[in-house]
Amino acid sequence: MSTEKNQKLLLTGNEAAAEAAIMAGCRFYYGYPITPQNEILTHMATRMPQVGGTCIQVESELAAINMVHGSAAAGARTMTSSSSPGISLKQEGISYLAGSELPCVIVNVQRGGPGLGDISPSQADYFQAVKGGGHGDYHTIVLAPSSVQETADLVFDAFDLADCYRNPVMILGDAQLGQMMEPVVFNKKQNPNLYKKPWALTGANGRRKNVIKSFYPVKGELEEFNAKLQKKYRQIEAEEVRYEEINTKKADIVIVAYGTCARICKEIVKIGEKLNIKIGIIRPITLWPFPCDIIRRVSERVQAILTVEMSAGQMVEDVRLSVSGRCPVHFYGRTGGGIPSPKEILEKILEIIPIKEKVTCAT
Amino acid sequence: MEPVYKNPKTLIDTPTHYCPGCGHGIIHRLIAEIIDDLDIRGKTIGLAPVGCAVLAYNYLDIDMCEAAHGRPPAVATGIKRVHPDKIVFSYQGDGDLAAIGMAEIIHTASRSENITVIFVNNAVYGMTNGQMAPTTLLNQRTLTTPQGRNEKYDGYPIRICELLATIDGSRFLARTSITSPKNIIKTKQLLEKGFKSQIEEKGFSLIEILSPCPVYWRMNPNDAMKFIDDNMTTTFPLGIFKDWESQN
Ligand SMILES: Cc1ncc(C[n+]2csc(CCOP(=O)(O)OP(=O)(O)O)c2C)c(N)n1
Repeated sequence: MSTEKNQKLLLTGNEAAAEAAIMAGCRFYYGYPITPQNEILTHMATRMPQVGGTCIQVESELAAINMVHGSAAAGARTMTSSSSPGISLKQEGISYLAGSELPCVIVNVQRGGPGLGDISPSQADYFQAVKGGGHGDYHTIVLAPSSVQETADLVFDAFDLADCYRNPVMILGDAQLGQMMEPVVFNKKQNPNLYKKPWALTGANGRRKNVIKSFYPVKGELEEFNAKLQKKYRQIEAEEVRYEEINTKKADIVIVAYGTCARICKEIVKIGEKLNIKIGIIRPITLWPFPCDIIRRVSERVQAILTVEMSAGQMVEDVRLSVSGRCPVHFYGRTGGGIPSPKEILEKILEIIPIKEKVTCAT
Repeated sequence: MEPVYKNPKTLIDTPTHYCPGCGHGIIHRLIAEIIDDLDIRGKTIGLAPVGCAVLAYNYLDIDMCEAAHGRPPAVATGIKRVHPDKIVFSYQGDGDLAAIGMAEIIHTASRSENITVIFVNNAVYGMTNGQMAPTTLLNQRTLTTPQGRNEKYDGYPIRICELLATIDGSRFLARTSITSPKNIIKTKQLLEKGFKSQIEEKGFSLIEILSPCPVYWRMNPNDAMKFIDDNMTTTFPLGIFKDWESQN
């Protein structure tokens, strides 16, 4: 496969993620097989040698994330991918990457848990993605696509964000997004803006040595370093929030949903119109930083907010924090491979919004 | 007058945090001497482990990276793949390499990653105050083997050179000690061979160094050296276990 700019291709989300990484200049990929993201590894195994890059099928997710650590420290654009159980294993490494301020991209094609769970779509890794996930006070930037095209676009952007902030970036997809095929165009700028990395390990030829570390044993130094990290996180929160807003201006109720769930919820907006219920949607694209401000503003003018997730209720906690009691926040979720249907979501809305005329829902 | 013995340029002139009689200082110095001798300071990248040598980057004047406990070979792989023209080495203790990092070292050897591993075997976990290591000798007392290591209860010591020798990707494997000037000179030669193996792109090399930990062996430094010669070397015989040169 070779990708021309603006050429339309029919790809799975997994393939699009892999190809977008190559387009963004990633030449070092490390992965361990796990369904439902195997196509990323297999795509890289074919493509990396073609572009002079490296793809190693490693012995474990621990090795993968630590190889990413090495390649990032060496100044290269680098990526790993996995699905939920594998991401749990990577978390120590992600903490080290954040603590060493190393840029990299981690793709999580979520599957059901806990434990081995199953291989079907899930959004139950929200907590481990947006709340740090490993030990210590840190954040990864978390981007949540809801189509194959957006997967490609966000993977591309993820490398710039990572380099810009010297911070790991996670793409939080799911089995549905990873496996489904859609047309995709790689229309982002071909020459990625590779940031200068004077801190990278290249051999200290003609300069002072560089050290990449997260260890601050001298009393006071670690607190100082944490303050620096927190300052960076505040800047990211101020500048990098992304979301999509649909129909929220005159909405009676607004749904907050991301990724696959947001796609499903979009179908309900039209059905709502027929029933004379104005339904709006806020679709967070960055899960961290979370779009608190828009949710807070919307909460001041709607009757209620409904959060829909493929989890037992994780993002809803951040929605409630954003709303801070300004309106009721309801939740509808499915777990273990269950995907909320438009009908179920609509029934939930009809429970919440007292409509004058009782309408039975027939979708 | 020309000084005949001086600090290597690559060794930063500062007191170390190591305990009296510890072997890490000697080994750091040997690495610094070799980097100077081979004139590779500007193209060498080192990996510091989690263990007593966690601050190795404070003592060696080269680009260095920290690695999570057990993961230096993986991090080294990630660096080497980006900079195949640089000299990359990892410095690891026995808990780091032979317990939590066993998978990484075996697979890095099996890929014959062109890096050099310096494996410091002190038969104990130093940094966490002296628990049993995978290399703790039978009957050796540690914090977690208070009656001495018992094979039925605690299992047997692991011989890393012998284990890695079964892997085709291992190209140079040697075990040495630093118990006498003679052994230190020998260790330097073997370390140099490790670095040269990498420079000549021969693939994976590892030098295991039996090193004293008087504090957690509860011995004085002289007895600790004697313990290596008399006891450790019977479980861990010195020698070369794999050599690309003699295997054509
Ligand atoms: C994941 C993880 N587990 C445990 C530790 C605690 N820890 C730090 S050093 C160490 C053992 C080091 O022993 P060794 O590798 O033999 O090196 P030495 O200190 O003897 O030089 C342990 C268990 C850690 N830092 N990280």
